Amino acid sequence: MSFVPHSDADRSEMLAKVGVSDVRELYADVPAELILDDLLDIPDAVSEWEAIRGIQELAARNRALVCFAGAGQYDHYVPAAVDHLVRRSEFYTAYTPYQPEVSQGTLQVIYEFQTMVCELTGMDVANASMYDGPSAVAEAAIMARAVTRRNGVLAAASLHPHTRKVTETYLHGQGAELKSAPVGPDGLVDRDALAKALGDDVACLVVQYPNFYGVIEELEPLAEMTREAGALLVVSADPVALSLLRSPGACGADIVAAEGQPFGNPLSFGGPVVGFFAAKEKYVRKMPGRIVGATVDEEGRRGYVLTLQTREQQIRRDKATSNICTNQGLNALAATIHMALLGREGLREMADTSAQNAHYAWRRLAEVDGVEPLYPDAPFVREFAVRTKENSRAILERGFSAGILAGVSLSRFPAMGAPDGLLLAFTEKRTRAEIDRLVDVIAG
Amino acid sequence: MSSIPNGLKYTEEHEYLRETDADDEFLVGITDYAQGELGDVVFVELPTPGDTFDRMEVFGTIEAVKAVSDLYSPISGEIVAVNEGLDEDPSLVNSDPYGEGWMVRIRARDVSELDGLLSDTDYASHIEG
Repeated sequence: MSFVPHSDADRSEMLAKVGVSDVRELYADVPAELILDDLLDIPDAVSEWEAIRGIQELAARNRALVCFAGAGQYDHYVPAAVDHLVRRSEFYTAYTPYQPEVSQGTLQVIYEFQTMVCELTGMDVANASMYDGPSAVAEAAIMARAVTRRNGVLAAASLHPHTRKVTETYLHGQGAELKSAPVGPDGLVDRDALAKALGDDVACLVVQYPNFYGVIEELEPLAEMTREAGALLVVSADPVALSLLRSPGACGADIVAAEGQPFGNPLSFGGPVVGFFAAKEKYVRKMPGRIVGATVDEEGRRGYVLTLQTREQQIRRDKATSNICTNQGLNALAATIHMALLGREGLREMADTSAQNAHYAWRRLAEVDGVEPLYPDAPFVREFAVRTKENSRAILERGFSAGILAGVSLSRFPAMGAPDGLLLAFTEKRTRAEIDRLVDVIAG
Repeated sequence: MSSIPNGLKYTEEHEYLRETDADDEFLVGITDYAQGELGDVVFVELPTPGDTFDRMEVFGTIEAVKAVSDLYSPISGEIVAVNEGLDEDPSLVNSDPYGEGWMVRIRARDVSELDGLLSDTDYASHIEG
């Protein structure tokens, strides 16, 4: 079946109407050396069945491994109800809700999403979502510079290296530099070094909670130090861990960014995902991204509408708070459905089960020779790092044969300066039997 | 018909300059014509006392629901005060642009710059033409 609707007769009629006999005449202004003489060298069209068969053959080469890899995205269970609702065409095909009269469904969902993000992070106001966690952190750093009217950005050395890279890229365009706030032997941000680094030109400190190695950072003292220095505290959070930890808002954070993938979105080999972004109300006019507000119509009925649009590109142009003019609508919808389905108690259980699994693995690994926790005394939620005597890549190979993805090798991030080892993540999907197999793989 | 008080000075960008009891200090705001064109003002972004601006440099922005406009300083100088009342109630710009809707108080660096501004009749012609 051809998906191009025009017949040869249609084409001839159109060409005649335009006064041309061949399509090539329409390209007369293109220099001759740029015109393609032959057709592109691609295979002939195949039938629908042949196409499906080809894709199935490719898909069969995938190996499903039991996943203990995290480092920013996690293998959580996505309930069937999420997909079922997301695929409703009213949601699936909905466009950007610029016209509120015909978009109340979309707008209401985004409003509920924003509300959930505020509750999870303990902040006053959230936007309709960003592309992903790392770019949300980068935008938070830029926002802090606009709010404080200062240039410099400090980031804890324990920030995810990918998040750091993305932030550096965004800041490069602004002519600003990202400096590192060193971490002590306990895995936490070194406060003496931080005090020296918090000068007059620092706009914010970016800290991850829990950090890249799964260590729970103490946010309150950091919030106090940054506040006294006239800077903001930007927290990059694991949204699952937030169900168990004191919220960044309660600890005094000014802006919170998070990778929302764990809610409603499968790993999908990296994406698409969704960034959460929330801040204190007094900074709302400096926030990037779309924001949905609640209002009443002429008859006093509750309605939703895009609001504070004067921050955005389509109105503010080059002076906009950011050049983002979209959100991850469908992914944010999936996250909202998942969070609504689980509710506060369910989210807590999801995090708790993940944590129990992680702590069981920790205790079992303590019995294994040649494996030591990277931070033996540091509290963690659902992720931790171990240093291994054996080459971590060899351990991972052994894992593949046993059907297990035994974590993320620390040797992938030489700039972090950690010894060789594995970063291990746990979700509610992992069973005791699977964890026992992981321990066997690591023990060799 | 918009109000253009005699005795004030004006810019082509619709700001006005009003004398105060201090010889070298002036109040700055936007004209009645400008507030009418903008519609309901929802937010005014003002500088901080101590900030300095050159003549016709942008010193802030004014937001209506679907538009944002830059605010230009009629003269060079230092901001000595800003109207905090506009934080609470930006609609003062609409209801009383020349009175309670004032935006900043500026200390002039060079009073002769006033000669370059428009009189009320010049400004009236400007908005008509």
